[in-house]
Amino acid sequence: MARILIIAEHDGIRLNPSTAKTVACAAGIEGAEIHVAIFASIAGEIAAEAAKIEFVARVLTVERPENEHAIGALQAPQIVAIAAAYSHIFGPSTTFGKDLMPQVAALLGVNQISDVMSLEGTHTFKRLIYAGNAVVTVAAPADSVVVATIRTASYRAAGGGNKAPVEIADAAVELPSHTRFVNLQSGKSDRPDLQTAAKVVSGGRALASAENFEIIYKLADKLGAGVGASRAAVDAGYVPNEMQVGQTGKIIAPDLYIAIGISGAIQHLTGIKDAGTIVAINKDGDAPIFEIADIGLVADLFQAVPELTEALG
Amino acid sequence: MEKILVGLKRVVDYNVRVRVKSDGSGVETDGVKMSINPFDEIALEEALRIKERGEASEVIVVSIGPEDSQQQLRTGLAMGADRAILIETDGPIDPLSRARVFKSIIDQEKIDLVLMGKQAIDDDNSQTGQMLAAIWGRPQATFASKIVFEGDTARVTREVDTGLETIEIDLPAVITTDLRLNEPRYVKLPDIMKAKKKTLDRTPLADLDIEAAPEIKELVYEAPAERGRGIMVDDVAGLVAALKDKGLA
Repeated sequence: MARILIIAEHDGIRLNPSTAKTVACAAGIEGAEIHVAIFASIAGEIAAEAAKIEFVARVLTVERPENEHAIGALQAPQIVAIAAAYSHIFGPSTTFGKDLMPQVAALLGVNQISDVMSLEGTHTFKRLIYAGNAVVTVAAPADSVVVATIRTASYRAAGGGNKAPVEIADAAVELPSHTRFVNLQSGKSDRPDLQTAAKVVSGGRALASAENFEIIYKLADKLGAGVGASRAAVDAGYVPNEMQVGQTGKIIAPDLYIAIGISGAIQHLTGIKDAGTIVAINKDGDAPIFEIADIGLVADLFQAVPELTEALG
Repeated sequence: MEKILVGLKRVVDYNVRVRVKSDGSGVETDGVKMSINPFDEIALEEALRIKERGEASEVIVVSIGPEDSQQQLRTGLAMGADRAILIETDGPIDPLSRARVFKSIIDQEKIDLVLMGKQAIDDDNSQTGQMLAAIWGRPQATFASKIVFEGDTARVTREVDTGLETIEIDLPAVITTDLRLNEPRYVKLPDIMKAKKKTLDRTPLADLDIEAAPEIKELVYEAPAERGRGIMVDDVAGLVAALKDKGLA
């Protein structure tokens, strides 16, 4: 029987929604016993949140001062210390999971399956490669532990209402001191989180300045949407890096995605292909974004976007 | 520091629209332009800048792959790397084995810093750097957008989902590079000529005695599900009506 350990992502206070999405993936393995492990300096509230997630049989906590910030080199040896009881170890394919999970795999002497988009069996998975231009089905060896990161855009978060038991896990290993957290600069925003928002409005290079992004924010606020951006807009300094959507930014799956002034490079499209409805507003009728948009409007964004914001009132 | 080792992977050029072969055995690579993985090019540029600032004395580029990977290594030498190492293999090679190859080179060369791209744009795995750090027992800083050295430590700013995280790591270490770290230089013709005289050592992978990792088998390749072209509307009123139709406004 599959015993699956899921490594929780959190910010020291709250559980990240990527955890419940990873659980949803694991629940696809029939009869799996799913445990969620929380490595934190203080785990209490985070563990209580994890215990509510559907399908979770047990929550394990490892509290150490070294776990105040998620540092792969410090978490990986602790995960390895409790890994022996599990057939699968999953983490989210977010920057947290991408940093950490390959270290876990290497210490266990196996390769990792990156960005699982679907389960085809206990050891068979589908994943996207070449910036989403190909899907490959891969099979991990049946006789070794499976370490994988889960493409969170492919899964809806598992529900709540559970009351899984919370236990302290023994992961007492010596940790290195060679890696030290300094600080995190985070753009504070009251808008919905880009990775979990039901609606997202994104702006591209055509916005032409940071000031002009204001019309994107206004539309987003009218819709109650999160705000994203293309790589070009981030490179140009219009918005911070955490807003980038695409192959090397965030992979998202909102119900509604509105791409404004974004031409639609394949690297951007791979970040939104699971969106419910894609709307594109672009001056260039030949822009590749229109090839995948459900609703397209060829227009000058500086006129169309304020008009749309107004009309949605 | 003395030596910086930079990984350069030969991949299908990022401008190529990759197509899956009709028999599902892989993607079309015949006659397709091949290049240095763009993230690795950024890693090399950073190594060269570190050396040019006088903070390192030698930049070594390494590639693990087919004989033709010499082309990418020659480009790396033309950009300014001092010498190149090709670990030759025609077959596919997995991230853990790649990490073990890097480790075996580190053991021979006494490397102070390993730089490589945060992911390769072919398999999009994002594993090798982290795996190397783990088996080497040294720090890693993934997704780097700024690197500053202070004595035997590096301060690295990382692009993470929540913003920009800065960590301090002791050297030697592995740093994987993100898009906004720098803009790689263009290669000039005289540099290409000069690069031909630089050393490029070739070693068959089999000679390194690398422990094989459990194989993850690739069963079949498919084209992804296409999103069909939708409707075009004439104006904002049409857009609002279409959104209302779908219950989205």
